This record gives sequence, structure tokens and C-alpha cells, in this order.
Amino acid sequence: MSEITLQIDGREVKAEEGMTILEAAQSAGIFIPTLCHHEKLEPYGACRICTVEIEARGRTNLVAACLYPIEQNLVVRTRSERVDKTRKVLLELMLAHAPDAAELQDLAQEYGANKARFEKESSFCILCGLCVRYCAEVKKKNAIGFVDRGTRREVIFIPEIASKECEDCKECFPLCPTEALQATYLLTKALMSPSSPSASESE
Amino acid sequence: MPRINSPAELEELRKGILSKRDPNKPCITLCSGTACHASGSEEVAASIEEEIKKQGLSGKVDFRKTGCHGFCEKGPIIVIHPEKICYLQIEPKDIPEIISQTIKEEKVIERLLYTDPTTNEKVVHESEIPFYKNQERLVFGSNGEIDPTSIDDYLALGGYSALAKALSQMTPEQVLEEVKKSNLRGRGGGGFPAGRKWEECRNAPGDMKYVIVNADEGDPGAYMDRSLLEGNPHSVLEGLIIGAYAIGSHEGYIYVRQEYPLAVENVGTAIEQAKEHGFLGENIFGSGFDFTVKVHRGAGAFVSGESSALMTAIEGRVGEPRPKYIHTAIKGVRDRPSCLNNVETWATVPLIINKGADWFAQLGTQGSKGTKIFSLVGKVNNTGLVEVPMGITLRDIIYKIGGGIPGDKKFKAVQTGGPSGGCIPEEQLDMKVDFDELAKAGSMMGSGGMIVMDEDTCMVDVARYFLDFLSDESCGKCVPCREGIRQMLKILTNISKGEGKEGDIELLEELSQVTRDASLCALGRTAANPVLSTIHYFRDEYEAHIKEKRCPAYVCKALISYYIDPEKCQACMICLRQCPAGAISGGKNQIHVIDQEKCTKCGTCFEACPPRFGAVKKISGEPVPSPIPEEARMIARKSKENE
Amino acid sequence: MKEEKEVKTATTSNGKIDQIIDKYQGDSSALIQVLLEIQSENRWLPKEALDKVSKKLEVPLNQIQHVATFYKAFSLVPRGRHEIQVCMGTACHIRGSPRVLDRVQDLTGIRPGETDLDLKFSLETVNCLGCCAMGPVMVVDGKYHGKTVPAQVDEVLKNYD
Repeated sequence: MSEITLQIDGREVKAEEGMTILEAAQSAGIFIPTLCHHEKLEPYGACRICTVEIEARGRTNLVAACLYPIEQNLVVRTRSERVDKTRKVLLELMLAHAPDAAELQDLAQEYGANKARFEKESSFCILCGLCVRYCAEVKKKNAIGFVDRGTRREVIFIPEIASKECEDCKECFPLCPTEALQATYLLTKALMSPSSPSASESE
Repeated sequence: MPRINSPAELEELRKGILSKRDPNKPCITLCSGTACHASGSEEVAASIEEEIKKQGLSGKVDFRKTGCHGFCEKGPIIVIHPEKICYLQIEPKDIPEIISQTIKEEKVIERLLYTDPTTNEKVVHESEIPFYKNQERLVFGSNGEIDPTSIDDYLALGGYSALAKALSQMTPEQVLEEVKKSNLRGRGGGGFPAGRKWEECRNAPGDMKYVIVNADEGDPGAYMDRSLLEGNPHSVLEGLIIGAYAIGSHEGYIYVRQEYPLAVENVGTAIEQAKEHGFLGENIFGSGFDFTVKVHRGAGAFVSGESSALMTAIEGRVGEPRPKYIHTAIKGVRDRPSCLNNVETWATVPLIINKGADWFAQLGTQGSKGTKIFSLVGKVNNTGLVEVPMGITLRDIIYKIGGGIPGDKKFKAVQTGGPSGGCIPEEQLDMKVDFDELAKAGSMMGSGGMIVMDEDTCMVDVARYFLDFLSDESCGKCVPCREGIRQMLKILTNISKGEGKEGDIELLEELSQVTRDASLCALGRTAANPVLSTIHYFRDEYEAHIKEKRCPAYVCKALISYYIDPEKCQACMICLRQCPAGAISGGKNQIHVIDQEKCTKCGTCFEACPPRFGAVKKISGEPVPSPIPEEARMIARKSKENE
Repeated sequence: MKEEKEVKTATTSNGKIDQIIDKYQGDSSALIQVLLEIQSENRWLPKEALDKVSKKLEVPLNQIQHVATFYKAFSLVPRGRHEIQVCMGTACHIRGSPRVLDRVQDLTGIRPGETDLDLKFSLETVNCLGCCAMGPVMVVDGKYHGKTVPAQVDEVLKNYD
């Protein structure tokens, strides 16, 4: 593992080969916003909030900091007109789903995102995947998963596994940035067989 | 089938096959690709077999069902060898005459020949038909000569000689150099130099490497790969094995869409045949090189044709794209170096090895060498698959080969590159087609779909169509693509419904920027191209929809009305009877009137009204005239004496 | 009543489904290929089959669920006796396939991806069958209908029961 020198926001940063821009930035105390990232999970690259501007081999590009492997002499800008514009619109797109989510509010203020820009969408879920990935990678229960694709993509519990595992676990609940997860769980419980003890609790 | 252990044995086998073939023996070839199947080629085939027996010619006439000839507009197509007489749009009832006249008496049947639409001249030979004359069918041409289920046909044309040459006369590095020198660029859409990708894969650390054929052709309107894989599967296989040798891979995958069952079947047959001859397996041609290949079927997802998604699907997981900051040539299937190329790219390799990189580099332009197969479809007379040298102009493809726009309609745009591409207007028709020129014009080469559009095509509708396609086909993982497309589709749908507002175009442009900059994969990054290119070249159409609630091409249902002109209506009752909604009132001598409340805008009346009356009009952007009073609707017929 | 019918379909074909799954025992990378074979054999993927696949191929159920809903080839509900496919490829689109689709929807009462309540028709849109010369193209039970116009749809569908 050799050492790599790169530049982030004008500062020289030394980091290990194999690190991502996000890891290198964090090691140097430089902040890059994230939503779908979690230290216990493999980087996912779905929210794209961590988008940063890089210069490599003479070209400028926007990349996801949580996934991009650092290289020698890489130049990174964590803020720029293009980066900020991108984050603003991404937030506005997510706020259409969850206009009151706390994490999104803070970022919205920073980037001047307008939560009413787009018409309200019916689902609160922003598909960050934290719940699915946590249950698969950390708990290894796979009680929750994705279905379908495109604009119809959703997160649902697997009833027969969730009924056994979730009531006593719920470790993924605090991870959800919009509390869509809690709502989905309640719905799942309500739809499960009436003879199951958890469903008989009134809510 | 004998196992071939050396190049010399291959030549022996080839000589043997050729010695049993009499080039002067009459042979009927019938195009049997999927498109011709749909036009009835199976019934024609049955008819041919029956008639040959009936007229006592069994054994005296060969019959070969071949792959796609490319001139799909005129299918089913028959070519009579050795004269190469070409008959078009054949029906079973034509067969007895063909056998008795052309085969037995060597007489040409005029009515079945191609007729030049301007000069009315008949053309006898396939190669002289304007559609074919202006093409350079290097990769695709063999389709008309071989039965894809017969490896002997492929061998008779020199098949597997490139593989023999590569394995016995060249080192892997030399093969690699040759492909690099040829400047062959990927034919699947990315246009990445194949040689460079091969080299990257070859040099990547790891002993297990994979080579992959991407036959997940998903661009709607493009079917070149299907026809190539169905019609000449061995050419793809041969190219793949050569590539594997150059890269140092011993295991390959052919990923085929499940929507192409004939291609899956024919490639499977080809693999079995190649195995029997020893072209696949251990110690190929006695060179010590081993290689096996597996077919993997897709299950109906456009996005899984993206290279990293395809590799994920091969692993049995959901075919979603992964970040490609580290190229798949270095970390692909199961994180091992994997070299993925398109069907057409692989099929071009044997030609390059046999004829040399210099020969290949002679064709085409500076940046784009060789030929490319396009599927020329839409509002064009000669729909089909065309192979042309890079650098030919769009005008030549559409007019010289395509025969121009049907019905004397005006050309409006040609769409290339599928959902990742853009629309190119008339002013750019003299563009020399190649990777870079198309990109400069705001489109891209893509896999080769070339959709011609005329004055009756609404460009706002085209943009909306592509976004609708992508909203279903996106994997949905990342926010910019999923949500960006969601919002852009909403805006475009509103515009097409007459609910567009000021600022919509600017909002579309802003969303396009974010989708392009922040998306995880190429589907998202290029999703905005159809929108941006139509705004760029056809902004006036967008503005008409938004400001005037008018669809200039009379397509957007919510913005058009059908109206029967009382001055022109002859009360013939044709439209009245055909209207599926029962929305037309009138009678034998009573002018027909469309009830706008009941009308579903299906357009049947418009199509049905006899051209000499032309009474049905489409109206947009203005109110429909009120129906004339009932009393005024009776037509007074002139008596016969007054005419 | 319908539930019984569905369960019966699953259990009578179980033997064949078992055979298909056993071929790929333990090979998790064959998931999509296995499901394609089951879909082809059974015309839909019953829950019991997915549970079996999960056990034998050692793939978690949530992944199978994603695969089964991600890909268009798979159906988690029984398909109708007759499958209608309307091509929505670009060439067919500009030749008027949306109007053909509208007519099919009106006549069958179902939208793409759905099956009617009598299990008579299933409707799918497909993105390019490669018969662009004949567009708009509609396929019913594998039979191709080219240059389709809305008025023709009634005629074609009348023949199926």
C-alpha cells in the first residue's frame, strides 16, 4: 500500500493507495456531504450528494467521492459552482419525496434547495438503500429488499423473514433519513397474517 | 464431424466440402431471419420444399434457408444461384412458377424483380439493386450465402481460417497489435478502441480472464446484432476465440437477450458444432490454447446491456450498473479482468486477421475505420439493415440506399444512438457518418439504429417517448437518473397534453445538466440527449406546444382534433363504418360529422377517407368548427346527365 | 376459487420445477437462467418455486424477489392463455403503435404487464422485435401481425378464446 499525494480544495493530502476520495478527505478532516454512505457498509453511490469535481489527466469531471479511488496528483474540489448546482438539484429532487426530512433540511439550507420546486411525490423513500444494505451486510438476515426498477423501484420487507426478525431488531430504523422505513414496517405488520402476534398489537 | 487438429487439417476439410459442391448447380436461398419469418418465410420455405418434390427436382436443386439479407422492406427474399437472380416479396403462390420458369427453363420472372421507383427499370441481380449497390457488406454479406445451422457453409466461405492463422502463425501479442493497428472501435455504442481494451485486459493482474459477447441489443429500432448472431453465429464465435487468444482468456460468455430465441438457438448450435470440430475446447488447432464458452440469456432489461450491469447479471445478480472508475477490463465478472465487446465488433475481427489491419484501415475516416451496420428504419422506403463504410453521408444512406421518404413526405430528422442519442435535422444531412461527427452534432453512433422521421413526427413526442422508455428501463438506483428522468418525463407529458408552461424548457435543460453530470452510469448520463437535441434543433415545436397549445405535426392526442370538411365529404360512409368509437354520424347522402366528445383520436377515419376526397383533417391549436346544421348536411347528387 | 386453481398449478408442475432447480444446485450465478426455465415451463413463478430456488441455489429471498421483479420476462402471477405483445420500438412508435396499443387496451380492459380476470389475455409492450419494416407490429401467441392499424385489432382479437 503505497502513499498517494493528492490535492483537495487546495490542500495537499497524503493518503493510502486504495482509499476513496471520501476516505482521504475524512482522514484530512475535510467535509463532504453524504446520505447513502455508512461506515459499516460498502459504498453504494446512489444519492450522488458526495459528487465532487476532479481534474485528472488534463480533464475535469464530476465523480462520486465515496467510490472514486484516489490517484497520484489528483486534484479535487469539494465545492464549486458545478458541484453546488448539482447538489442543489439533487436535494430538490429528493425533497419532492420527503420535504420535511431533517437530514435533507440541513443540506437544503446549505445549498439553497427549494423543497417546493417539484410537485410532491407519493413515496417518502429516497432509495438510499441503507436499510437493505445494513440488513444484508451487517445483520445478514436479508429481511428487506428492493423490488422492480426505474421510477417504480421500491423497498419492501420479506414478510416471512421480517415477522421473525424485525420486531426484536429494528437496528436499521435509525438509519433511514426520511422515516419512510418505519412507515413501511408498520404497513408490513398490518398486512401480515392476523394470527401473528406482532400484527395483533394495535397501532 | 471430424476433430480438426491443425490448420492443414482445416484446409483438407474445407477442400472436401468444396469438392462436394457444384457452383453451377441451381440453388435457391431464402431469407429466413426473424423479420422474414414475420413476413411469412416459413410458409414460403414449406412451399419450396414441396414444389421441388412435386416438379421432380429432388436432388437436382439445392435449397438453403439463410440468415437475414438486410432488405427487410422487401422480404421474403429469394436468390437463385448461380445466376444470383433476386426475387422480392415472395409468397407461397409464386413458388410453382419460380420452379418451373426460372429453375427449369432459366427464365426470369419480371414481376418478382426489383423495380426502380423512378426509372421503372427492373433489376435482376441482388448486387445491382440500389439498396445493395451502395453498400459495402463486408461483415454482413455472408448472411445471404450461408445456412446459419450449417458449419459447412461457413467453412466453405473460408471460415475459421483466421483463427487457424492467429493460433499457428501469430503470437497473442501480434494478434493484439494487429487489432490495435486497425483502429477498430467498439460497435456497441461506446466506440472505445477495441485494441486498447484488449490490451488493458491482457495486462490486468490475474490469471482468470473472461471475454464476453454483448448480444443484449436493446436500442429500440436496432436489430443488426440479432441478424448477425442469427445469420452468421460462427463469425462471432471465431472473432471471440481470436480475441480470447490475444488477451489470454480461456473462458467466454455470450450474453443474448431472451427476446431473441432464434439467435439463442443458432448460437447454441454453432457452439456444439465448433466443439465437435475442436475449434472450441482444449488444444485448438494443436496450438495448446484452450477456450470454452457459455451462453447466458438476458431476461428483459435494457439496462443490463450496459457492460458492468451485464457482468453483474452473469454473476446471477440483478443486472444493475456498477461504477466504472476501475474499468471492467481490469475488474469485471467476479472482479476478474473481463473484456466485453459487441457482436459486430467480434464479427469484424476475423476479417482484420485475414486481410490485415492496413486493409481495414483503408476504409472509413481518420477517426473511424472500417464499415458499420445500421438498421435503417422508420419513415424510409427501403427499411432494412445496411452496411456502409464510415464516412458515407447521411444523405446517401437515407436517399441513395434508403430510397428516400415514402409518400412524398418531407424529411424532418434522423435519430441515431437509440435512447442515448439525438435527432439530426435536414441541415446536417451531408454529415459524414462517423463516431466523432455524430457526437459533434449532439447525437452518437450508438449501436447503429437509424430512425428516419418525417413531417408527421412530433419532436416533443419523440423526446417524451425516449424518456418514457428510460423511466421504465433505468435500474432506478441513483437519484439523478431515476428522479431526473421522472421529473423530465412529467414535464414533457404535460407539454404534450397542452399543460406546458413558461420556464419548462429551461427546467428541462437544468435537469438534463444534473442527470448528465451526476448519474452513475451511461444510461443516466446520456438520458437527456434526446431532450437536449430536440430542444436544440426543434425549439419552435416545443414553443408551439407550450405557448399555443399546438402540435405542429398533429401527433399529440390532447392537442389535435379530427374534423371532416363538409365541403369535401362525399358521404361515402367508409369512415363512419370503421370508426371504433362510433363517433361519426351521417348517412348515405348525409355529410359525416365527428362527435368530438366520443372521438378517441385513433386516426382511423383519417386513414380510411379515400385520397381523392381527402375530407378528414387534423386540427391543432385552434377550435374545431361547429358542425354545420343538420339541414345543410344533405348532399345533392348531380344527375348523370349533367356530368 | 381462483386461489385453489393457482395452488394447483404450482403443485402439479412441481416435479418439472424441481428438475430444473436440481440441475443448477448450489450455483448461485445461475439464478436468472433457472428462473427463465421455470418461467418458460410454468408460465409464471409461484412463491413455492422461489422458496425452493432460494434454498437450493443458496441465494437470499430478497435477491430473488428483486430479480423476479426487475426483469420483464418474469411474472409472479399466472399469465393468460394468449399473450399479446405490441411493439413500442422507435420505428413502430412513429408509425403509430401507441394508437394500436390504445385500441388493444380498450378491447381487453388491461394495461401492459397485466392479465385479465378470465386469464384470457396477457398484454405486454416490447421494445423492438426487429421487424421494423412491418411496423406497427403486434404479436399474438407468436403470430406476427404487421402494418397494424387500430381498426384491425378487433378483427385479430376476435379469433381468440
